[in-house]
Amino acid sequence: MSATKSSDFGLRLRQNMGFAIAVVLFSVVYFLYHLAHPKGFSSQVLVQNSNEVFSLAMLAMAQTVPVLMGGLDLSVGAVMTLVDCLASHVLEGAGWSIFGGIALCLAAGAAAGFVNGCVVVFGRIQPIIATLATGAIYMGLALFLRPIPGGKINEDINWAMTNALGDFAETVGIFDDGKAPWFQFFAGVPTSLVFLVLVAGIIWVPFRRSVTGRTVYAIGSAEGAAFMSGLNIHRGKLAAFTLAGIFAGIGGIFMAIQTSSGNADIPMAGAYTLSSIASVVIGGTSLLGGTGGAIGSIFGTLILKVISFNFRIFDIAPLLQPLFEGLVLLGAVSLGALSILRVKNQLELFR
Amino acid sequence: MIDMTRYSPFSRLSRDDKPIAIAATFILVILSAGTCYTMLRFGSAPLLTPAYLIQQLQIGSFLGIIAAGMMLVILISQIDLSVPWTLAAGAMTATAVGGQWALPAALGVGLFVGLLNGFGVAYLRIPSMIFTLGVNAVMRGLMVAQTGGFAPQTAATDLMRYIAAERTFGIPHAIFVWLAISIGMVVLLRKTTFGRSIYAIGNKEAAAYLSGVATRRVTILAFVMCSVAASLSGVLLAGYATKAYQGMGDAYVLPAIAAVVIGGTNILGGRGRYLGTVIGVILIVLLNSVLSIMEMPEAGRQIIYGLVIISMLLVYGRGEKVAS
Repeated sequence: MSATKSSDFGLRLRQNMGFAIAVVLFSVVYFLYHLAHPKGFSSQVLVQNSNEVFSLAMLAMAQTVPVLMGGLDLSVGAVMTLVDCLASHVLEGAGWSIFGGIALCLAAGAAAGFVNGCVVVFGRIQPIIATLATGAIYMGLALFLRPIPGGKINEDINWAMTNALGDFAETVGIFDDGKAPWFQFFAGVPTSLVFLVLVAGIIWVPFRRSVTGRTVYAIGSAEGAAFMSGLNIHRGKLAAFTLAGIFAGIGGIFMAIQTSSGNADIPMAGAYTLSSIASVVIGGTSLLGGTGGAIGSIFGTLILKVISFNFRIFDIAPLLQPLFEGLVLLGAVSLGALSILRVKNQLELFR
Repeated sequence: MIDMTRYSPFSRLSRDDKPIAIAATFILVILSAGTCYTMLRFGSAPLLTPAYLIQQLQIGSFLGIIAAGMMLVILISQIDLSVPWTLAAGAMTATAVGGQWALPAALGVGLFVGLLNGFGVAYLRIPSMIFTLGVNAVMRGLMVAQTGGFAPQTAATDLMRYIAAERTFGIPHAIFVWLAISIGMVVLLRKTTFGRSIYAIGNKEAAAYLSGVATRRVTILAFVMCSVAASLSGVLLAGYATKAYQGMGDAYVLPAIAAVVIGGTNILGGRGRYLGTVIGVILIVLLNSVLSIMEMPEAGRQIIYGLVIISMLLVYGRGEKVAS
């Protein structure tokens, strides 16, 4: 019994090697970061890091879903920017109007993703080029909403979302305004980190286990075989892009809350899209589709970000930082190439 | 259901010619729409003057040279995202080295980046999408470290100015460069073994390998040509603007991919004619120019740009129902 269990664990480890490496790498580097930081292991540092990571982590999760089905979504940055600009219009008020605004933003993100899916499924255009075009359209809509940066976000929600759980409870007025004795243990946890875990747990995990989620993986492994097995590949593709839109929308909402404004910045949207692809690959998802997952992509983002955190405390000349970031990215993706050393038949290289 | 395509004027064309004919027709549509606008607004037709068209071709030659290289890479079903900073690195190296070694040094940078990209894709088998992205980040880092993050103070040499901006018989030299590269591309793709190998690899790399094509060498060569084209375009751009600056290549990679695809080249590789890429470049340049004459705000431009790409591809770029 125990023998099968351990071999089962070994198999799972081998299947998720990229993910395991990402988790270990991040843990070690982040631990060193806290050791070296003058205010290391404090809630304050954790809150700051978590806020910086949240939007890109959402985009990385968004990018993961189309990549899993063997596609790519070059519009995630544009969808995030579009929702960011929309949020800067609809999240000004107080009370229940905020819930309406957030629902509207999520719907906008989902709609943008759904349109991507429709162009890919019914237009039969390759995802990479279809989302390149729709990305331009979403960017245009974002510029239409915010020709120049501006707008305003309700201050309470800004405070509640970008600080620790204790501040969140105080603003919302739960748990004796966050002063309940049992709550003190959690009071220092960053709110954005909790939401990141919640989004992953409530949206991603059930999706992955659903038939539609498995269909997405199957399409990425072998679309023809998935179709012949009777899976609804149209629904799988539509769901993959819609889910990407929802994740990107959540990222956009947080970006608006964090910056208290909307900003339709085309180069920034492009940079976020490219970083999301890098996060997905570092997190152990294959660009060919079929293997990996959104949790890995979160760790991919964490690795990308923790490197730039370390630059701040290890006193690396600012001019050299982009070079180091590039080398780390190139090195990280080259790690995946080690597997070709084991290939015995050269034909296996062509997939 | 009636097959409408049977009755369209484009129906007799082959699969590779149809996109070119449709894109060329669309160029005429853009020109006439722009002319109608200027006739109504200003009472003149500046879009139809040779001076305007030649100027558009000059602007298009920078994008056209990049797109020619990008097409080679797309034909072997790869992609090169390192173009922006290869271009900037070429331009910055040329202005920094100066003198008669400016052009060779810049092309050397392109050669080096191309070899690196080709090595990563052909030998390490890393997907080109992510490997070239990493190379782009490294090149950016090198240039920021080199220049201090500011536009370099060095200026373009006289030769660069001569190639990029000056004219003979009223035609800018940049157009001649683009023309020479275009003739080279047509010969390369149609008449040489290398060209045949590129199409073979794009269709099925394993089959090409088993047929004795040196797939790795061809892949590396395609990436080298793409990077050299990007750095050459950087030299021309620096000559045109008299200097190099940070991020000068950022606005070129996505239009280059779009031009190649609008011209009928399959984004999955293996199919497409070079003439289509030229038409695609002209279409994008003219569209941008006409929209700016119409004083269209950036928001509207982006939306129209996206809609044009999607609608062109809906007409002729549709794939199979289920990928095998």
